[in-house]
Amino acid sequence: MFDIVISGGSVLTRTGIEQIDVGIADGFIAALGSGLEGSEMIDASGAWVGPGLVDLHTHLREPGEEWKEDIATGTAAAAAGGYTAVVAMPNTVPAIDNAQIAFYVSERARRIGYADVFPAGAITMGRLGEHMAHIDELWDAGVRIFTDDGTSLDNAAVLRLAMDYIANLGGVVAQHAVDSTLSAHGCMHEGTVSSRLGMYGIPSEAEEIVIARDLALVRLTGVRYHVQHVSTARGVELVAAAKADGLPVTCEVTPHHLTFDHNDVETTDPDFKMMPPLRSETDREALREGVRDGVIDIVATDHAPHAAREKEVPFEHAPNGVTGLEWAASVAVETIGDDMARFFEALSMTPASIGQIPAHGLALAADQPAHLVVFDPVAEWTPETTRSRSRNAPYLGTQRTGSVRATLLSGKITYEAGS
Amino acid sequence: MNHLLTTEGLERETLENLLTDADEFAEVLTRPIPKVPALRGKTVATMFFEPSTRTRMSFEKAAKALSADTMSFSPGTSSLSKGESLKDTALTVHAMGVDLMVVRHGATGTPWRLAEWLDIPIVNGGDGAHQHPTQALLDCLTIKQRFGSLDGLEIAIVGDIKHSRVARSDMFAMATLGANVTLVAPPTLLPVDTTRWPAATSTDLDAVMEKMDVVYLLRVQTERGGGSVFPSLPEYTNRYGMTSARFARLKPDAVVMHPGPMNRGVEIGHDVADYERALVLQQVTNGVAARMAVLFALLGGDSDV
Amino acid sequence: MRQVMDGDDLTRVTRRIAHEIVERNHGLDATVLLGIPTRGRPFADRLASALSEIEGKAVIAGSLDIGMYRDDIDTRPRTRIGPTDIPEDLDGKTVVLADDVLFTGRTIRAALDALADLGRPAAVQLAVVVDRGHRELPIRADYVGKNIPTSLEEHVSVRFREIDGDDGVWIGKEAAS
Ligand SMILES: [Zn+2]
Repeated sequence: MFDIVISGGSVLTRTGIEQIDVGIADGFIAALGSGLEGSEMIDASGAWVGPGLVDLHTHLREPGEEWKEDIATGTAAAAAGGYTAVVAMPNTVPAIDNAQIAFYVSERARRIGYADVFPAGAITMGRLGEHMAHIDELWDAGVRIFTDDGTSLDNAAVLRLAMDYIANLGGVVAQHAVDSTLSAHGCMHEGTVSSRLGMYGIPSEAEEIVIARDLALVRLTGVRYHVQHVSTARGVELVAAAKADGLPVTCEVTPHHLTFDHNDVETTDPDFKMMPPLRSETDREALREGVRDGVIDIVATDHAPHAAREKEVPFEHAPNGVTGLEWAASVAVETIGDDMARFFEALSMTPASIGQIPAHGLALAADQPAHLVVFDPVAEWTPETTRSRSRNAPYLGTQRTGSVRATLLSGKITYEAGS
Repeated sequence: MNHLLTTEGLERETLENLLTDADEFAEVLTRPIPKVPALRGKTVATMFFEPSTRTRMSFEKAAKALSADTMSFSPGTSSLSKGESLKDTALTVHAMGVDLMVVRHGATGTPWRLAEWLDIPIVNGGDGAHQHPTQALLDCLTIKQRFGSLDGLEIAIVGDIKHSRVARSDMFAMATLGANVTLVAPPTLLPVDTTRWPAATSTDLDAVMEKMDVVYLLRVQTERGGGSVFPSLPEYTNRYGMTSARFARLKPDAVVMHPGPMNRGVEIGHDVADYERALVLQQVTNGVAARMAVLFALLGGDSDV
Repeated sequence: MRQVMDGDDLTRVTRRIAHEIVERNHGLDATVLLGIPTRGRPFADRLASALSEIEGKAVIAGSLDIGMYRDDIDTRPRTRIGPTDIPEDLDGKTVVLADDVLFTGRTIRAALDALADLGRPAAVQLAVVVDRGHRELPIRADYVGKNIPTSLEEHVSVRFREIDGDDGVWIGKEAAS
């Protein structure tokens, strides 16, 4: 008799996709087999059972901006979205540029117990783009991804030295690739819609320039490099070419760049404001194609909560960002279709391997920690509520396909649909 | 019509009805007592988050000529700087008992937000570089009074198209009323993508101006978006200014317009603004009549124009 | 709809009222004729041509729109603003207002307000095709084509060829379109 048995689903195992039950005991996967009996049964018929999802790009806002989100509400939203591990971006207040704050974030998440949180570290002190952050200390605290996300690290000399340093440790440099001079006054994609609305645009080239420059530095330093929230067709092409050249490069795309495009900004609804901005229809199609064919390695949420009050302002004055943890898996399945292996690769296994996250993102096998998700890929639903503290999401009230039935962290149910 | 937010997509009939009414209100303004009781008991609030004394005065004069009461809000005297959200500000002013709000804001889309939050008519008094529909009405009224109709007229809008709400509003209204609009600007001041606009574009004023019936000059600002947009003012004037020499080459009945305030000697020659064929002051007078037509259309009764 | 006057009746009462105007004012030298749009306007034009015949000189009618002077702006659908066109200075003159139907008197009150903003006539007189009663204000007509007692539910429709394609007066329970 197991503590929990997940029965009747399609299970992603090391040997492939199998129709079997998953028996869980003492927080671990105890058995994979047929006809297992548990004191608690989770019905997975018609659903996918795989490793808990891993988000490489979450803004938890704690410490410093708890009115938008905190670690408890953010990880509760993560669990509801099928996630068992998230990488917390370092643009907190103060920034995660030293080990104390990194410890605080991961330890607090451990006590709350909704999801494991792996903080990313800032590349530069205070994310100011000048002096190297406490990279060694952060490394020792378990940090593997370094980024000044929220801003682009534009200074090539500073970036080059950080790349040299992080390459030696074996870490990853992740870049928010938006040239800060070309995007200076911009609040949306530069194109036909920005021209109509009379708003300052951010040309696609703001992204291409930074990626192209960084790739040259990757060639120079050999560092593992990850492009955050790629938004343009040319950005994807640059990454594809670098991969073909054998550079250690990966990239992610957000759910909102897969769902929306700059035409949605015609409403001037601040929920459509984010950085990088929603690009053209052509870009959106290229991003979808990139996820399907794997040139874009992963889907990462860029979950960026903001209080209603902060978004109740004109578009140009609104802060950037949308929440994403609770519908990212739906958007992924809407993009990828019924390719279960690709789904878990893009949302769990590859993010865990890029972020060097232990014990997550593994095809199921006995004696592994039971970090699991049960996901129904065809269920239709309409998000109306959220566990996040903020509601800045144009997904609310829209019909989606694919929903989470249950999420388990170390064998404990952190989310179950309908409860 | 529940609000007046943009000229884009306005029906020709709606525009023409507003212009016809505006013409009647223009007559009211010439009377010994230039005032009618049409909107007695109504309150119009002008919410100008971006300072513009002349546009505010024009709206207030229009409201008062219709016997409405007016209230005005400006951020200098407000709690916006104390962190109150735009929504709270709007709800607060609305709660004082306001029947219509005129909103001017430096950011695109603000009047749409207010229209979403409040259940009263909103008039866009200018949002960012996006729209300024009453300016378009007064400009079209001025042209219509001069030429009888806009149908088939050749109109050039010259200057900083990229950052101009006047250009955007006028272009859509003029095109709907049958004019052929050409946007003329240095390449740095043309919008990036105008493929779906009902207008031609040009970077060469001299090449297009001789066929024009109306040349509409926009105010020049030298610094935009953090960089220079043209080499120097004299160089701008040399290529795009309506100098008296250029004026002499216009068609004999062509007119020159400007939304004000003018930079004499830059986009418009020192003397040109005073010529009989420069309609600048008539535009200002018509501004009041056009705004009366808009206020009356939104508050005078409960059916469509 | 029930017809109560035909085109000939309309012509006859117009001529009669024209004669009454001349008699009462001892000629037309100090008289200005203003129609209230929409259907006061053709009535005024017809009075003008009848007066021209009587006096043997051209008489021109103006028009006075009252759309901006209504006191019931919130309770009725908005009507378009009609033209206001005052042919001569009103100060010291006798203004004859012409309208199709006299009912509550509110239109005439609005017209009197409008007149007061346009000048200071010595006197104002009122000519109507039909007086249907139900006054809500102390207003009466100086010249009436026909008194027609009605109930409040009834609708009186005066039609002029210039606007409606035919001449006459009808009464019915439903509004004529
Ligand atoms: Zn970012």
